[in-house]
Amino acid sequence: MNTPDEEEVTAEGGHGAVPVTGVETGQGEKPSRRTWPLYEVFVRGKRGLNHVHVGSLHAPDDEMALHNARDVYTRRNEGVSIWVVKADDITASSPAEKDPFFDPSADKVYRHPTFYRIPEEVPHL
Amino acid sequence: MSPHAMEEDATNAYQSLSETTDHDDPRWAFGTGIVEEAGAEVSAPVPEGVDAADLAAYCLMLGDDALIYSHRLSEWVSNAPELEEEVALANTALDLLGQARVLLARSGHVEGDGRDEDALAYQRSDARFRNVGLAELSDDLDFARAIGRLLIFSTWRLALLHRLVGSTDPVIAAVAGKGVKELTYHRDYAARWTLRLGDGTDESHRRMQDALDALWPYVGELFRTSDEETRLAGAGVAVDPGTTREEFDAVLDEVVSKATLTLPDRPAIGTIGGRGGRQGVHTEHLGHALAQMQSLARQHPGATW
Amino acid sequence: MSVAMPETDERVLETGFDATIAADQRIEPRDWMPEGYRKTLIRQIAQHAHSEIIGMQPEGNWILRAPSLRRKAILLAKVQDEAGHGMYLYAAAETLGVDREELTEKLIDSKQKYSSIFNYPTLSYADIGVIGWLVDGAAICNQVPLCRCSYGPYARAMIRICKEESFHQRQGYELLLAMANGTDEQKRMVQESTDRWWWPSLMMFGPPDGDSPNSQQSMAWNIKRHTNDELRQRFVDMSVPQAEALGVTLPDPELRWNDERKAHDYGEPDWEEFKAVVAGSGPANAQRVAHRRRAHEGGAWVREAAQAYADKQAARKNEARKAAA
Repeated sequence: MNTPDEEEVTAEGGHGAVPVTGVETGQGEKPSRRTWPLYEVFVRGKRGLNHVHVGSLHAPDDEMALHNARDVYTRRNEGVSIWVVKADDITASSPAEKDPFFDPSADKVYRHPTFYRIPEEVPHL
Repeated sequence: MSPHAMEEDATNAYQSLSETTDHDDPRWAFGTGIVEEAGAEVSAPVPEGVDAADLAAYCLMLGDDALIYSHRLSEWVSNAPELEEEVALANTALDLLGQARVLLARSGHVEGDGRDEDALAYQRSDARFRNVGLAELSDDLDFARAIGRLLIFSTWRLALLHRLVGSTDPVIAAVAGKGVKELTYHRDYAARWTLRLGDGTDESHRRMQDALDALWPYVGELFRTSDEETRLAGAGVAVDPGTTREEFDAVLDEVVSKATLTLPDRPAIGTIGGRGGRQGVHTEHLGHALAQMQSLARQHPGATW
Repeated sequence: MSVAMPETDERVLETGFDATIAADQRIEPRDWMPEGYRKTLIRQIAQHAHSEIIGMQPEGNWILRAPSLRRKAILLAKVQDEAGHGMYLYAAAETLGVDREELTEKLIDSKQKYSSIFNYPTLSYADIGVIGWLVDGAAICNQVPLCRCSYGPYARAMIRICKEESFHQRQGYELLLAMANGTDEQKRMVQESTDRWWWPSLMMFGPPDGDSPNSQQSMAWNIKRHTNDELRQRFVDMSVPQAEALGVTLPDPELRWNDERKAHDYGEPDWEEFKAVVAGSGPANAQRVAHRRRAHEGGAWVREAAQAYADKQAARKNEARKAAA
């Protein structure tokens, strides 16, 4: 750890100045407690549109995930359809998959493919 | 739209700051759009054959329940057990605050002394508040208490609002129409969590049962009928809360037993000379809530914010 | 498929990564990325998320005392938005292989930090307005360029957040306008609050640009898009006319328009105070972290209960399926 005097600070992230040295980043260390699984959330903004990925959240089970998704991602807009799916249950391809060098075990490091691009025409996102 | 167009649009969020404030964002509608959204004018005439003082008092009862409970719920801000619950509890507090504002405004209008929602919220003393005791308790940041109280409150209020959709007062009917959807959601949320806490771990089961036990004395008051309610029920404005008890018991019984909990058997808190929250006689908790809620507004008489 | 990646292959991947950055395109979660890029992003996004969550406290401090019901609703909605922003950002960080719980533990153990601005207390209701105006204003200067950040999930989270932030800044400024046109006491509150928050707001952009190797690397990676001083200048130039419109004086005697630079000159913030706040001895550091710890640890039994219930339900479903078979 750096002492405060050696600590380098700069504006990064939304609210500005934070230390950039001596900060632990961790990477997939097991948290001390078991945590709620991660869900990916897909919303159909209105009839005639596809469900699109809008983000993710944590929930203990499917039912809670669905309700949390409504609170967080639709501000409880009625009439929208929501899908939630455990991130672990998604099988994803990589943009670099056609590259023979790509190692499929990288799957484990980048745990889930989140934040697909949101089309602009989808309301309330 | 191309990705680049999106980014330019996003960058414009910065530009838009210097533009004049427009009020098209729904979040700016606080205080302006809610009544219209509810589908009625606060200034609608008092229904024929209805005593204006009774109607003003009844709007205060329904409004104060929502206002004081919303205030207590917002104690959870930055204290919830998980970020998802943070958002859900704040949504609930906002829904109730919205209901309160319309009902207080209606009360002030019907009363005819020129008091608006803020005059009623911030310049009344405890004895002028008409809410039930259940609304004024603090959860003391015990999530089981929060869930137990929300289950009881939302089941009761939903039963009331269901019946009030047909109120002859257009403002009450409009608030009820919107409120039914909101309260259905609150009750759902509370029921889901009651199941999870009741049938979760030993600790959560114990805490949830303790919470129900502690809250149960405040249930009886919810079904006591005030004189104003009796008179207004006859005129088709109000509902007699006593008529909602059966529905309330059925819902609570179903949720509580599914959650492997037991409905408490505890006596209701008593009244003083027959008077309780509806008559302005409160628990000791309300004074503290109001001392905090009203402190700043009262320090600046005549100020607008 | 390869098991261990030969060094030449890594070099090929790195060339691909560099080309993507050079073309100002987005890196996506499953793309190969250098370890330093990943770590820098985890640090930045996590500390950004922490800032949103800790930032709920100073404003939450006034929800129960908001002076009108409209102000109460606006403030409640705003603080709720910040919880939402924290969630979006933690989710973006999770695409890099960390867990929200892990990040929260690092926050409450002070192994990761949050923006120093939230270590200042909110002492009057004018602070709610000034936070919206100056603190959110400064945040927007920082955040808008991040909508074009090279890491896709972060950039997309920021687009969403920026749209909501403009509401935040506007509500703050609108409150100040109301107060500035209000009673003498309200006017005094606005000036006093501006005096307290102006310098800490300037400090939000960090110390003057030196030869920070971290910043330079972040700029090369298109994670950071402007220098501290560039952003600070932009903020000062934006704030001066807004202060005039409010009728408040910004507490800097050196602040004046420089016609040559076509920008405002301004004084030097107290970097000693800044260092002290960053090092942990700001007015509210201990309080903020303790509050977050209390909420998180106090909620552990709730999270465990929901998990236990989910496990029981899954087991019951299994039993039922077996019985049916």
